Amino acid sequence: MSAAAGGTAAGAPGADGYYGRPVLKRPAWTWEVPWYFWTGGLAGASSVLSVAARAAGNRPLARAAAIAAAPAAAVSPALLVSDLGRPERFLNMLRVFRPSSPLSMGAWLLSAYAPLAVGAGAAELLGILPRTRTAAAVGAAALGPGLVTYTAVLLAHNAVPVWHGAQRELPFVFAGSAAASAGGAAFLLAPAAAAEPARRVAIAGGLLELAAERAMERRLGPLAAPFEGDGPAARLGRWARGLTAAGTTLAAAGGGRAGRWRRRGPPCCSPAAPASAGRCTGRASPPPRTRAPPSGRSAPAWTPASPRARDPQARSTRPVRPAPVRVRNSATLGPASSLSRHGTYR
Amino acid sequence: MGSNMAENHPVGFQWVTEAKLRGARLFHVDPRFTRTSAVADRHVPIRGGTDIAFLGGVIHHILENRREFREYVLAYTNAAYLVGEDFVDTEDLDGVFSGLDREHGVYDDASWQFQDTGDGGDAPTGSAAHDTAAQETHGAQGAAVEGPGPPTDPTLEHPRCVFQVLRRHYARYTPAMVAEVCGVSEAAFLEVADALCDNAGRDRTSTLVYSVGWTHHTKGVQYIRAASIIQLLLGNMGRPGGGILALRGHASIQGSTDIPTLFNLLPGYLPMPQARDYPGGLAGYVAEHGAPAGQRDRFRAHVTSLLKAYYGAAATPDNDFCFDHLPRISGDHSIYPTILGMLDGSVKGFLVLGENPAVGSANGRVHRLAMAQLDWLVVRDLVEVETATFWKDGPEIATGELRTADIATEVFLLPAAAHTEKSGSFTNTQRLLQWHRKAVEPEGDRRSDLWFAYHLGRLIREKLAGSTDPRDRALLDLAWDYPIEGPGGEGDTWGEPDPHAVLAEISGWRDEPGAGRTWLSSPEQLRADGSTTGACWIYCGSFADGVNQTDRRRPGREQSWVAPEWGWAWPGNRRILYNRASADPQGRPWSARKAYVWWDEQRGAWTGHDVPDVDAGATPDAGPFVMQSDGRGWLYVPAGLSDGPLPTHYEAHESPVPNPLYGQQASPTRERFDRRHNRSNPSAGEPGTGAYPCVLLTYRIAEHHTAGGMSRFGQRLSELAPEPFCEVSPRLAAARGLTNGDWATIVSARTAIEARVLVTERMKPLRVGDRRVDTVGVPYHWGWKGTVTGDAANDLTALVLDRNVHISEFKVATCDIRPGRRPQGAALPAYVEQHRRSAGIGEQP
Amino acid sequence: MTTLDPGAWFTPDGEPRRMGFFTDTSVCIGCKACEVACKEWNGVPSDVAGFTGMSFDNTVALGADTWRHVAFVEQAPVGLEWFGEDAAAGTAPAAPSAQDLRFLMSSDVCKHCTRAGCLDVCPTGAIFRTEFGSVVVQEDVCNGCGYCVSACPFGVIERREDDGRAFKCTLCYDRSKGGLEPACATACPTDSIQFGPLDELRDRAAGRVEHLVAAGQSRAQLYGADPDDGVGGFGAFFLLLDRPEVYGLPPDPVVPTRDAARMWRMAGAAAGVLVAGIAALVGLSPRGGR
Repeated sequence: MSAAAGGTAAGAPGADGYYGRPVLKRPAWTWEVPWYFWTGGLAGASSVLSVAARAAGNRPLARAAAIAAAPAAAVSPALLVSDLGRPERFLNMLRVFRPSSPLSMGAWLLSAYAPLAVGAGAAELLGILPRTRTAAAVGAAALGPGLVTYTAVLLAHNAVPVWHGAQRELPFVFAGSAAASAGGAAFLLAPAAAAEPARRVAIAGGLLELAAERAMERRLGPLAAPFEGDGPAARLGRWARGLTAAGTTLAAAGGGRAGRWRRRGPPCCSPAAPASAGRCTGRASPPPRTRAPPSGRSAPAWTPASPRARDPQARSTRPVRPAPVRVRNSATLGPASSLSRHGTYR
Repeated sequence: MGSNMAENHPVGFQWVTEAKLRGARLFHVDPRFTRTSAVADRHVPIRGGTDIAFLGGVIHHILENRREFREYVLAYTNAAYLVGEDFVDTEDLDGVFSGLDREHGVYDDASWQFQDTGDGGDAPTGSAAHDTAAQETHGAQGAAVEGPGPPTDPTLEHPRCVFQVLRRHYARYTPAMVAEVCGVSEAAFLEVADALCDNAGRDRTSTLVYSVGWTHHTKGVQYIRAASIIQLLLGNMGRPGGGILALRGHASIQGSTDIPTLFNLLPGYLPMPQARDYPGGLAGYVAEHGAPAGQRDRFRAHVTSLLKAYYGAAATPDNDFCFDHLPRISGDHSIYPTILGMLDGSVKGFLVLGENPAVGSANGRVHRLAMAQLDWLVVRDLVEVETATFWKDGPEIATGELRTADIATEVFLLPAAAHTEKSGSFTNTQRLLQWHRKAVEPEGDRRSDLWFAYHLGRLIREKLAGSTDPRDRALLDLAWDYPIEGPGGEGDTWGEPDPHAVLAEISGWRDEPGAGRTWLSSPEQLRADGSTTGACWIYCGSFADGVNQTDRRRPGREQSWVAPEWGWAWPGNRRILYNRASADPQGRPWSARKAYVWWDEQRGAWTGHDVPDVDAGATPDAGPFVMQSDGRGWLYVPAGLSDGPLPTHYEAHESPVPNPLYGQQASPTRERFDRRHNRSNPSAGEPGTGAYPCVLLTYRIAEHHTAGGMSRFGQRLSELAPEPFCEVSPRLAAARGLTNGDWATIVSARTAIEARVLVTERMKPLRVGDRRVDTVGVPYHWGWKGTVTGDAANDLTALVLDRNVHISEFKVATCDIRPGRRPQGAALPAYVEQHRRSAGIGEQP
Repeated sequence: MTTLDPGAWFTPDGEPRRMGFFTDTSVCIGCKACEVACKEWNGVPSDVAGFTGMSFDNTVALGADTWRHVAFVEQAPVGLEWFGEDAAAGTAPAAPSAQDLRFLMSSDVCKHCTRAGCLDVCPTGAIFRTEFGSVVVQEDVCNGCGYCVSACPFGVIERREDDGRAFKCTLCYDRSKGGLEPACATACPTDSIQFGPLDELRDRAAGRVEHLVAAGQSRAQLYGADPDDGVGGFGAFFLLLDRPEVYGLPPDPVVPTRDAARMWRMAGAAAGVLVAGIAALVGLSPRGGR
């Protein structure tokens, strides 16, 4: 038959959806979004850590966490604004309060949180306005957890099946990685003697992240297929998982010698984290594709990524560098390079 | 058939859709599976150029199975007429009729005539068609059949009666033969034939729809003749839901034949006078062309009113109403011979209005080479089309065959206003005139065609003012006084003429001394004494009562289903022509369901839903086909056609298939122009056919308009179809190594073009006899200028014409197809030449 | 091209009715007049790209610059040649028919979902529901966050790269305000695109699909006419002649905000774990200090 000779019309419809074209649009988010997730997570968890440490009487750690939170809290809104197609219209986000929109909630949350966290950090650094500082720190700590986990809701409000399907575990992944980031940052900044709780937070965060991620992949079942095999998503996922595990292990092993290790060791916070998170966002994901569903709902079908699509991973892999402590905000929610009837719309 | 209505007439296709929703069945008989086929109940694929075999098969089926509407056929057609004994059919001459002059490719139709009446009355005659444009001498009236008519046989059994002549002519057009010629299955053919027969009679009718897929052939007129025979046999003419719908090539082409841009017709299908002496001037012209005798007065009134419209007060009985001012024709002055005249240096100037022959015409290369020989060329268009720039960036400049420095043609490009920028009328295929109103003022120097024609005439007349040269009288005597409107208002010399005034002049008025001007409402009011003015008798009444009748827009729901108050239809606002045929010979409707017009016994008059198409005062005896001299539909045409009294299947000028029916391969009367730049691919039976083995079809798609001037230069339509492409079957693609989306080169003896490949199951090879015929389809819209560009597909086609109407065979040719882009620059002609040599076609003078 | 009764827009009480599209693809002839009319009326930019090789489809998909998109689907049984060499070799040629080869055409458009993901997630309120039930982006409010893009289960709305804002079909809201049908419906020659009160359109569509199935179009089906589907029914629904996937449409679209409550609960739980965990870990730690 001529089709075998290569003569047939390209992408005969029906066999592979509509000429193998994706149903969904590539999400519009740019490189800022993963960094926004990471800075938000780092800041939010740090604010909590700061207040908790202060309550526990560990003032050096509280100071370190507050100082860690401030720049992250300052950068985070800038990243959010920069991501917009029309940045000058950021304030339009604040013209409505829209509970149905996680981004609306996030915008309000961030607008309230960022001044508090920045103020608390600045006051801490400069040693001024202790009462205001305390009030700001408490406020930031109250809003911080929301900032850490709302991004999971943000991401799960998504037509792309792998993200939508990750809605249960995603908040825990984000919480864990935020704790790991905040713990790692505070561990670096705090005097060695006061840093031990931060190390524990980092370890616990790393463990939570790994566990939640594993639970997520297990429940996603076939939807997690992009994480397996040789695809770019799978490679990044393995790197991320390995680094997180290594970092957590290192942190755990390095306990007693923390001070010494810390002084000569490489930085614990690595931009690898946002790179990983980046894979969760549109920038990093080839558009999912659809195809004719298989007979019955029990056998989800998968379609390889469109050969015509640019390889979006090429850019997101750039910031990935090995680091001893792997601090991540979001887990390996790799590109949803597939979309199945079964998986998409449960 | 021969139409891709859904794609190329999508707005009109809404009515087909509506008919389908009401239960009509839609068959699409076409070489390609198109968007029309997609919504048809059945698509029947046939080999391009074989429609007469298919239609002849239907005629055979009707006649052999006695499926004709006998009562209708007897009363309203010439089936019973006896043909003269001299007539010899194609069955006996292996594909040609008696009277053929093979050397010149013309027929003498003397032997085609009906049998003499023998009672001393005028024998039915037609003039011998020797000279090339002679058939046009018949004008709208067709050939004359005068007197009592020929002897008839109402039993239809006489071997020389038209009915039996028809039977014999189509005796071998059996379903099996149709299958062999057309590449269709017998079952599919029979399904169509039976559907037509089953849907005929008193209570049911079928419509045949065609477009330029039928006309762009060397035998296109006979395609339509064949359809006419079917519709007459089945009683489908002049009845609601019947008829033959000719979908036009583009807007108002019907109008441009009614008020013609054709060289051989005057408005209203009056024949253009010949370049010879008419004894008695106008009277002689009327005597010769105004057939039959009983209608000569009427004919004279039409011509006189036209001359009054042309020459106004200057036209008087004393000077024969300026009859001698009319141009005369001496031969075939149609477009293609004129183009070749340019090439040969006999034609020096060319005025191109709203046309793009450098891209759209058959064998575009010849047109470009010809225009390079001109002294001057005027192009009026919306954009700078290729015809205006061939001298600097055309394909022949790229190949080096032409050099800009060597081209002496002075080219004038003038901007034209679009239809949205001017008011005027459109005439559609149903003869319906609809007024369109200007929506926006034209920008810049863009002006209407009316403006151009008017001011060109004004300036010429100003230059000639005072001339005593008799030949200038034809211009100086013109009534050239239209009211001017537009930006400058009255007194603005360069304003727009009022198009209403032009329509009013076309419709006509009567000037009575003392009584002033009265508007005419019917052609019967036209007079031969010079008291009436009317430029086109069939349009008479379109401005009745001084009201623009074409501008009526009463919604359909507010009037009867015939909708007489939407626009205005010629003649006399009749919506169905020959509608007297919707009633039986006694004047009663054939059936209640199909009642349309009928004879009202009590009032003693014709009446009905539409304006009855009979003369005032006509009785039930009136024949329905009022445009024919005998009032009958002609199954057999004894005169008026250059290529025979009955449609006969010939292969296309270029065909890979030998004619299975006759020894005569292609039409013996086709007009050929064998010369350098217009060589033909070999056809079956000639050496070298293997070099051009595929059938080539050129056509349009929904996304673009003709040669692209209105579509390729904008964004909206260009993005929908951005590149030229060719459609091939997966099988041909595999055989030739063509890949979907990649380039292919298509080559004929004329040139080679490149196009993107669209491999589609919609293109199927056809089985013809024991061979497979592959088809390559190429839309022709692209050229080298505009938003989207590409090679012009019609460069591939040959200049070869139907002798009746001088239309070129765009629709079918042969070609070869190869993967990859074509050679560029000087390598292109070398490539074409090499391919030609492989076919054994040498360099001809 | 139907002419809409001026009264069709409002209930007898004067309330605006929910208006929508019924796109009957069984009478679509693929003329693309809808695409052109839409772009002309709405001033949508054109993108003159190359030949796609996807039948007659060169605009590929709905997007920021394509608010109506006509899909062309060619379906041919593999291996069937009408009158090829196989037939000549003795195999009886199959009678060609519309059933052998199908050429499906369908004009796609924004679905104006009853539960519209884009509208739900829009953080600026730029996307709103009009009094006629359509979902419209206010171009002067949109700040281009792009959140709507990934919230659309049909891949309809998209951010225009050089502009930054998101665009999609407005159901010609401006024309609606003036009592005019949308441009595409006005231009559609065969009434494949019908505009009117949604409840009336649904009734009409039900009758039409019944007729087609009875006439042998066994795969004829309505798409988006069910108010109980994952997006609460479409404001612009379709009669398809094959499964939605064939046309590039998701078979079971679900608005991504459907599980919002659960998501927020899970986020709250995770936040609680975060706070409790940090507090516990910090509280358990031995007092540091010099």
